[in-house]
Amino acid sequence: MSATPLKVLIVDDEAPARSRMRDLLADIGAALPAVVVAEAGNGREALALAQQERPEVVLLDVRMPGMDGIEVAQHLRAFDPPPAVIFATAYDSYAIRAFDLHAVDYLLKPIRAARLQEALARARAARPPRAEALQAMQRAPRSCLSGAERGKVHLIPLEDVLYLRAELKYVTVRTAAREYLIEESLTRLEQEFSERFVRVHRNCLVARAAIRGFECAEGDAEGAWQVLLAGLDERLPVSRRQQHVVRELSR
Amino acid sequence: MSRSINHNHEAHRGSLPDFRNFGILLRILLLANGIALLVTLVEVPTLADAARRFTANAALVEPMLLLSLLALSALNPWLQRLPYAAGVAAVLAIEAALPLALHALARDWLLTEPVSAARWLLVVLIVSAALLAYFNLRSRALSPALAEARLQALQARIRPHFLFNSINAVLSLVRQEPRRAEAALEDMAGLFRALMADNRELAPLADEVELCRQYLALEKLRLGDRLQVEWHVDRMPGDALVPPLALQPLLENAVYHGIEPREGPGVVSISIYAVRERLHIVLRNPYARSGNHHAGNKMAVANIRERLKLHFDVAAEFAARVGDDHYEVRMAMPYVRAVAARPGR
Repeated sequence: MSATPLKVLIVDDEAPARSRMRDLLADIGAALPAVVVAEAGNGREALALAQQERPEVVLLDVRMPGMDGIEVAQHLRAFDPPPAVIFATAYDSYAIRAFDLHAVDYLLKPIRAARLQEALARARAARPPRAEALQAMQRAPRSCLSGAERGKVHLIPLEDVLYLRAELKYVTVRTAAREYLIEESLTRLEQEFSERFVRVHRNCLVARAAIRGFECAEGDAEGAWQVLLAGLDERLPVSRRQQHVVRELSR
Repeated sequence: MSRSINHNHEAHRGSLPDFRNFGILLRILLLANGIALLVTLVEVPTLADAARRFTANAALVEPMLLLSLLALSALNPWLQRLPYAAGVAAVLAIEAALPLALHALARDWLLTEPVSAARWLLVVLIVSAALLAYFNLRSRALSPALAEARLQALQARIRPHFLFNSINAVLSLVRQEPRRAEAALEDMAGLFRALMADNRELAPLADEVELCRQYLALEKLRLGDRLQVEWHVDRMPGDALVPPLALQPLLENAVYHGIEPREGPGVVSISIYAVRERLHIVLRNPYARSGNHHAGNKMAVANIRERLKLHFDVAAEFAARVGDDHYEVRMAMPYVRAVAARPGR
C-alpha cells in the first residue's frame, strides 16, 4: 500500500453523517492513511470541490436533495482522471439492488470501520462506476449535463440548453451564451429528456421551451420548415420526417 | 371502560353501541324505519294502502323512536360503564318503559285506537334486541379490522430509511456530544415504545404530541436548520382522545416528502384546536411535485383515514390536499375527553 495518504471527498447532506465518516476515517488512519480534502453538503458543491481538490476517492451519499448521488457520480466521470466513487446509503432497496447488479461498491449506514477500510483499500485500484451502470440506477432525468474542456468540467443546467446537435462523435450543447461538447449519444439524451426536448431533425433535439415559432424557408419548392429560437438568432432545419412536429407545436 | 370507542374490542365480550355517535343514531333510525316499512307491507291488503298505513304507523313509531334515542344518548355515559349484560338489560328496560308511557298517553290523547299494550311492548322489545344484536355483531366484525389496521400501522410506521439514518446520526454524537446522544436515544426509545404499544384504544392527544416532539427532535438532529417546525397548539385540548399514531406518521411523511428533497430550509406547521366540541388538526409542509418523488406516502394516509373511520365512523373527517407548493392534511373528529381516572378492568 502506498504511503501517501488517500485524498478523500465526503459528500452527504446530513452534517452528523459527514462527521461520523470523518471519525471512521481517523479510526482506520493507521492501517489506511487518508486525508479528507473537503466535505460537501450537496451535489453541486461536491462537483465544485472535486474540481478544486482533485480527490482520489469520493464517499458519496445516494439520497440528497437537488442533485442526487447517482447524478454526481455521472458528472464525476467527466473528470480526468475520474475519482473512484463509493456510495453510501442508509436504506434504499432500489439502489442496493442496482449496486449489486452492476457490481458498484457501496456502504450501508451506519457504516462499520472495517467495511470502510476494505472499500477504500480497493478504491485506489478501482475504476469509476461504468456509465451504463449509473444510467440504469438513475431514477429521474439529470438536472445538468457535464462538458469537459481543457481539464475543467462545466455543469450545464438543462433549463439553459436551447438545443442539442449531434456531430460525429460528440453532441453540441447550445445555450444562449455559448456551446459545449459532450460525449453522449443523442438517442439516449432524447430518451432521458423526452419531456424537455423534441426531435426536429435526425441530428437535432430542440428544447420545447426555446421554440419561438416556425418559418418556411423561401425559394425552396419543398417548403422546408425552420425552427426560430427564443434568445438566439439561429435557425434550425426541420427534416421532412419530422414535419409533423411543426403542426403539433405551432397550433 | 371507554365511551371513546364505538366498539369494545375485547374478543369475547359484547359491547353497546355509542348512542351519541351520529353514525350509530343514523343506523338505528334507518333500521327501525325499515322494519316498520316491512311490517306495513306485510299487513296491508293492497300495495296502494301501504303509504297511508305507513304514515299512520309512523305517528306511533317516530315519536317512540326519537324519544328512545334521546333517552339513550342522555344516559349513554352511564350505560357505557355497565357490564355488557347489565347494559343490555338497561337498554331493554328503557325501551319497555317508553312505549308503556307513550301508550298510556296515546290512549288518552290520540284518536287512533292503539294496538294492545302487550303486543306493542313485544314488538318494541324484539326490535330493540335485534338492533343490539346487530350492533354487537358489527363491532365484532370490525374488531379484526381494527387489529389489522393496527398491524398495518406497525408495518407502515418508521421508515427503515429514518431508523438507519437516525442511528447513524446518534453514532456521530457519541464521542463529541455524549449528552445529546443520550437524549437522542431516549427519544428513539420513546418513539419505539409508542410504535410497539397496543394501539387499538384511543389515547390522549397530549401523548401523541409528545411523541411527535420526540420524533421531530431526532429528525432535527439529522437535518439541522433545514427542518423548521411551527407548533400552533395554544388552544390545543391535551385531554382530547385521538387514535394513537394519528399524527406522527403524517409528520414523517411531511419530513420525507417535504423537507428532505429540499436544498433549503422548509417549514412543517402543525395546528391543533377545538371548536364547538370538534377537534381539528391541520398539518402543512412544503411540497414540490417534480423531482425524485418516492412512492409510499399513500400508506400512512390511508391507514390513518381508516382508523379514524373505525373509531369515529362518519363523525371523523380527513382530507389531504396538494397545493402548488405545499401539502396539507386536515383532520376533524369529535372532541372526546379523556377520563382523568380510568376505572380499572
